[in-house]
Amino acid sequence: MFDIFLDDAPALVVVLPLLISAIIAFMPSKIWPWIISIITLLLHLFLSLHLLKEISVSGLIIYEFGNWEPPWGISFKIDGVNIGLQLLFSIFVLVSTFYSRKIFLNEIDYRDSGKAYSLWLLAVGSLNGIILTNDIFNLFVFLEISALASISLIALGAGQNRKALLAAFNYLIIGAIGATFYVIGVGFAYAMTGTLNMNDLVIQLAQYSDGQLAIFAGMSFMLIGLMVKAAIFPVHIWLPPAYSYAPSAVSTLLAALATKTILYFFVRLLYEVFIIYPSYLSLFLDFVLYPLSLLAIFIGTVIAIYQNDIKKLLAFSSIAQIGYITLAFSLKDHSGVASGFVHIFNHALIKGGLFMAVGYFAILYKDRVTLNSLKGFGYKYPITSFALLICGLSLIGLPLTNGFISKLYLFQALYTNQMYFSIALVAVSSALAVVYFWKIVEQMWFSEIKFKSEKEDAYIYLPIWIVTISIIVFGIYSTPIIEFSNLSADYLISGYQN
Amino acid sequence: MIGGLFIIITSQNYLKKVVGLAIFQTAVFVFFVSLAKVLDGTAPILTKMANAYSNPLPHVLILTAIVVGVATSALGLALVLQIYKNYETIEEKEIESLELKSDK
Repeated sequence: MFDIFLDDAPALVVVLPLLISAIIAFMPSKIWPWIISIITLLLHLFLSLHLLKEISVSGLIIYEFGNWEPPWGISFKIDGVNIGLQLLFSIFVLVSTFYSRKIFLNEIDYRDSGKAYSLWLLAVGSLNGIILTNDIFNLFVFLEISALASISLIALGAGQNRKALLAAFNYLIIGAIGATFYVIGVGFAYAMTGTLNMNDLVIQLAQYSDGQLAIFAGMSFMLIGLMVKAAIFPVHIWLPPAYSYAPSAVSTLLAALATKTILYFFVRLLYEVFIIYPSYLSLFLDFVLYPLSLLAIFIGTVIAIYQNDIKKLLAFSSIAQIGYITLAFSLKDHSGVASGFVHIFNHALIKGGLFMAVGYFAILYKDRVTLNSLKGFGYKYPITSFALLICGLSLIGLPLTNGFISKLYLFQALYTNQMYFSIALVAVSSALAVVYFWKIVEQMWFSEIKFKSEKEDAYIYLPIWIVTISIIVFGIYSTPIIEFSNLSADYLISGYQN
Repeated sequence: MIGGLFIIITSQNYLKKVVGLAIFQTAVFVFFVSLAKVLDGTAPILTKMANAYSNPLPHVLILTAIVVGVATSALGLALVLQIYKNYETIEEKEIESLELKSDK
């Protein structure tokens, strides 16, 4: 009976959250929107697992909407590149939704919880669309849905701090400029090739093998638009205030997944479509993405050291971590792209865990969490604090955590490319990460004030520990992440070498 | 297009920024529609009179983009309204000085 639905699984993982979000928007209840969201996302996970099973058999699924054959119709494509990300997305969204309930009850008016979960599912559905779509204009639509949903979610933080409104407004303006740049690029590409389908675009672009100015202009517009959305330095300025003033549950979702999905599409565009022009691609990677990544790593880490507000500190460290990912992607070989994907997976878990723990502290402290306010929290709330400690060590890259695996693969990739300067810079920035994380640890465990331990809420620390344990598990047994990343790199790089 | 971008960057008033954004987006829409024109082409309706038709696909894309643009403007205006309720001004400089005072 379910077979009918399973055939449409690629569409359902996107459509289901979007559909349910419309249903729960006006539910006045405190708890029902949450329960329905959880059920929806369980189904979502089930569908993702089904897709994984299908992919392991066939290796490629192209889902045509309305049976319109590509390049005429819109299609979704699932292959080795995105199946790993799809699975991570599905699992992490479920965990963070489980976590979000108590946080939302504390941070926003309970009558708004229906609307909040409606926006939440809207963001989930559209971000999932970014992962699956194979159509460059369809991507723009998903980008904008996800941006508008996340902006509204960020603005919900205004109940706590009115600066959330300014952060949301800046994100709206900057994000819309980025998206519009992307559309200009799509216009150029369409004018030259007459197609929007990514596979067909590669074929059509091949006829302009000597290169055309209009195509290069279009490609540049598209890449710059996506860079704004993915918060790649120096067009990241919307990100730190947006993440730090959003409600904690929202920061968790956005920090862990929103920029990652866009980075994924960014690298897919680079290595699957623009690969047609190797000289343009290596110009972009060597002289734009590579230096910007190094700057992002260095400046993001240094600014993070000077932050007093913990959520802002984490947001700036996100800028640096996005820098690591783009640095890996700028290497143009298998090891580089694979290590970029490894870090996408690992950083999603690490930042998700950190934002979850800090979000819980914000509720316990009933104010913004600054360095001073953390005094003695290590003794007061040992369960959550210990999770925070492990996530933080993983961010630095200590062995036995998955952060170490990321760093290891990144160093390996840089070493095979003989980029010793970047190795030094990454090592220095890891050492600097110790500085800002040590400031947190010092306040939590080594201040004079000692508290007796207090009771913590199992509904909140359970999801935090699920993430934390997965950090340790993937630090010791990293095969699944490595395999998924290698699979992604295999698919993307095979085009480059031919 | 450049005019819209200029307004977004230079104006201090949040409301003007939203309007600038709308102009910026509309310019891109017009660019798309201009792509669709085929020389001597008519509207893409099947008649015996026509020899060539304009391409309808960019029009359809822009219909979608217009909807997105309307949603963006609406959300932007709603945020401006909320900012006004909270700060009683929508001038960037005044809000910045207010925030500096409250941080001290």
